Amino acid sequence: MDNQFVIAGVELASRLILGTGGAPSLHVVDEALVASQAAMCTVAMRRVDPATTGSILDVLDRRGVRILPNTAGCRTAREAVRTAELAREALETDWIKLEVIADERTLLPDPIELLDAAQHLVAKGFQVLPYTNDDPVLARRLQQAGCVAVMPLGSPIGTGLGIANPHNIELIVSEATVPVILDAGIGTASDAALAMELGCDGVLLASSVTRAEDPAAMATAMARAVEAGRLARLAGRIPKRFHAQASSPTEGMAVL
Amino acid sequence: MTITLNGELRDVGDGTTLGALMTELTGSTRGSAAVVDGAVVPRREWPEFALRDGQVVELITAVQGG
Repeated sequence: MDNQFVIAGVELASRLILGTGGAPSLHVVDEALVASQAAMCTVAMRRVDPATTGSILDVLDRRGVRILPNTAGCRTAREAVRTAELAREALETDWIKLEVIADERTLLPDPIELLDAAQHLVAKGFQVLPYTNDDPVLARRLQQAGCVAVMPLGSPIGTGLGIANPHNIELIVSEATVPVILDAGIGTASDAALAMELGCDGVLLASSVTRAEDPAAMATAMARAVEAGRLARLAGRIPKRFHAQASSPTEGMAVL
Repeated sequence: MTITLNGELRDVGDGTTLGALMTELTGSTRGSAAVVDGAVVPRREWPEFALRDGQVVELITAVQGG
């Protein structure tokens, strides 16, 4: 069974990618990280705050996970490219989760700025993983631009509304030439399982774990959901039928 | 001398280097990047990079984020 999850030539040991935002403390991040068995975590880039004690990097280093910096909060291609360059300098990685959002209320990606930023970053040698709308055409354009994965949203960031348009996700998967990672909108384990059943190669989630009542327990649930969804996808589900179809033999019934 | 550090005025000793400033603030330079007057300063240059009066410095690091 194909269990290799490879992005830009790098094999990741888990198809679950954990965002570290939203957790009330580094201790909670650590617990969730261990429970999730995630092999890669996202971080954001912000001004140094001398009042902060401890670093998220210490936690991630200790657990040996790959670090994926993001460009969260950026509104223009220029800002996102600049942030990615700072992240590369700071973290010595050319991998970047590219986020270019349109407004604070929806946090939806701005497709024009996103594609522009992706093209610039690819030209500068970055391995770009764009957080994108669930738009098959935009996903195609991002792949053509040289992105190493596409990460369509299930629904807006932090809403927990799950996968609003499963058909679009299936369309994106059906023609993808790079890994498809469902990013944003996951609320609970069944959402993550559905993403994998639809054929996604991985799931990136943060709030659903970090803001759960019991983050570590939810992280365990997500890990199992991703695995179950992947297995179900590979196993080949039965087609849906309009009418019932008996599973017990219809012949050989006793006359009673 | 006075610099603008992450949007706020800050008095620092004459000749303070970027490396010394960062270490003073966080105790480490791991996972950080610096922009001085709009230009990224590579980390390897920090120990020798002496700040000048009036410069605008942005110090960035990794934090929790989705």
